[in-house]
Amino acid sequence: MSSIPHQPDLPTLNGEPDNTGDPVSARAPLVVGRGGKHDFTSVTETVCSIAERKTPRAWWIAFFIASPLAFAFVMQIGYLFTTGVGVWGNNQPVSWAFDIVNFVFWVGIGHAGTLISAILFLFRQNWRTSINRFAEAMTIFAVICAGTFPAIHVGRPWLAYWLAPYPNQMDMWPQFRSPLLWDVFAVGTYATVSLLFWYVGMIPDLATLRDRAKSKTRQIAYGILALGWNGSSRGWLRFEKAYLLLAALATPLVLSVHSVVSFDFATSQLPGWHTTIFPPYFVAGAVFGGFAMVIFLAIPARQFFGLKDFITLRHLDNMAKIMLATGAIVAYAYMIEFFTAWYSGHAFEQFAFMNRPLGPYAWAFWIMFFCNVVTPQLFWFKKLRNNLWVLMAVAFFVNVGMWFERFVIVVTSLHRDFLPSSWAMYVPTWVDIGMLIGSFGLFFTLFLLFCRFLPMVAMAEIKTVLPQAHAHPEDAREKPQGYASALPGDKGGSH
Amino acid sequence: METSPPTLAPPRDTDEPRYDPRHHPHRPEIYGFMAEFADVTTVVAAARKVRDAGFTQWDMHSPFPIHGIDKAMGAKPTILPWLVLAGGIFGFLAGLLLSWWTNAISYPYLISGKPIWSFAANIPVIFETTVLFAAFTAVFGMLIMNKLPLLYHPLFKHRRFRRATSDRFFIVIEAIDPLFSEDKTKALLESMKPTSIEEVLEED
Repeated sequence: MSSIPHQPDLPTLNGEPDNTGDPVSARAPLVVGRGGKHDFTSVTETVCSIAERKTPRAWWIAFFIASPLAFAFVMQIGYLFTTGVGVWGNNQPVSWAFDIVNFVFWVGIGHAGTLISAILFLFRQNWRTSINRFAEAMTIFAVICAGTFPAIHVGRPWLAYWLAPYPNQMDMWPQFRSPLLWDVFAVGTYATVSLLFWYVGMIPDLATLRDRAKSKTRQIAYGILALGWNGSSRGWLRFEKAYLLLAALATPLVLSVHSVVSFDFATSQLPGWHTTIFPPYFVAGAVFGGFAMVIFLAIPARQFFGLKDFITLRHLDNMAKIMLATGAIVAYAYMIEFFTAWYSGHAFEQFAFMNRPLGPYAWAFWIMFFCNVVTPQLFWFKKLRNNLWVLMAVAFFVNVGMWFERFVIVVTSLHRDFLPSSWAMYVPTWVDIGMLIGSFGLFFTLFLLFCRFLPMVAMAEIKTVLPQAHAHPEDAREKPQGYASALPGDKGGSH
Repeated sequence: METSPPTLAPPRDTDEPRYDPRHHPHRPEIYGFMAEFADVTTVVAAARKVRDAGFTQWDMHSPFPIHGIDKAMGAKPTILPWLVLAGGIFGFLAGLLLSWWTNAISYPYLISGKPIWSFAANIPVIFETTVLFAAFTAVFGMLIMNKLPLLYHPLFKHRRFRRATSDRFFIVIEAIDPLFSEDKTKALLESMKPTSIEEVLEED
């Protein structure tokens, strides 16, 4: 047991308890509010009441904005299927456009959820406990949006099952040397493992909702989802081990997914795509953009659902720092791409890169540059990191910038490749733009439903970071081992 | 002829019936005792006492995993990591054989001058199947070993037990434990300062 005490009295910052400091004598608490008097009961109450009380008006307003857009997305997919991919602005040479831009964008968004749930767990970053649940939910919904686009862009989507390796009457098999097939396996595995990780982590909290349910419907629905979990300690030991193993598996998985997505481009011969920097550059960009989305969702969520005690200023501060770090990697990658193009001495490569900031799509490049390189620099200043409006604004800009990054990579590389006689411009149609907006509608609809019906914050995990979760040191004669501490070298201290 | 009700529990150390047979067509079997605790320190100390008393058929229920409870309970480490390793190896071999057999044996064809079979080009798929099967093993192995999904448990009938997923801690000693004795076990639990003790029946 660590003897570092919890910080008793916190100063206030913008009217909220300020736990962003790092005092030497105490550990900054991860749960604030109620004068530092949160206990197991109040954590259960605060989180469960979100799913139990009457639907707030703000939720209905948001839902009535998002769900028609999701419906429009489905209708436009129907239009695409019945008419053909000609409803999009794709052409030769720009055969990949919004479809693949949106796919890469949404897969990237998902990465922050897995980073929080898996990598920060392995690094024993206990602050992740308040934000992991809804960040993981965000991952699932983003991957759903992402998976839609490659499935519908294939021209004859009713034959998409040909991608699966199954014995068939044509006596043919998928081509396992193709990066596009790698992508099917990578995204498929990522979606499956993310879903399992999310659901497994939610089982104990679903049991809490089951045990508090008043109506028969809720008892049955949560009862089925909770699988009969009864909080057995022997069960918890296996649960923690399974969770740790899933985190250890999800960590290389998340790094592999965007690497494989980048192989779709990097293994081609096209100037602007054919670079070895793509895998790390894509992964850093995914984490960068994903954290922007987490912040963008977390600030309204903590405001409207009363979660300020759990999603504290420290959490937002930490996320802003991660954005600053990954944003710096992204900015470095942008510069290195230009250096490599120049240093290669390859005329087509050099042209492709000069065409980005100076060609007909220069506006897209400069939007990307401003949003992804310039705006995150505000996060060097603590005052700005702790200002919720600045956080929201930068998160918004980075989301825009990351979408444009993929647009720049996909469209500007394709529209002017080798022969000037085959150059062409790409202009999106209303269906292109409608589907982009529609995918946001689908994403927010799913997220709102999640906020309304499922435990938004991992209650069981939050309880483990409360000071009361540990036996008094004088009674703990034996070295403790457990939850976040199934890892080697853990001191099992109180955080 | 008088028939005695079927019994699963070992003989108790008293002949006094718990239930008046006139009101109950058959005698419900006792499942065990459930002691409720309000804080972690007390329940961890209690778990050590139950462990030291030599009980084996007992468990502790808590709303979150408690640091050091495995030592306090004397619980053995789970074999789950070895199962996951096996699942991962299976996934690796499945991915390897799938891509090799389909592309190099069953349906070989040349594309972009790539070799018919090379390990490097197939690593991404093999890696993904390795992770996929290991993750399946971790999740379903955990659920099966925890006997989930569980449709019924005698504890679920107790109103107090609903707080086991919120803010209370329970130690349950089952009647099938060889050391179980109604009076002594109850006395042992009472000595641990629980907030309540209830008798749990198999059915009622």
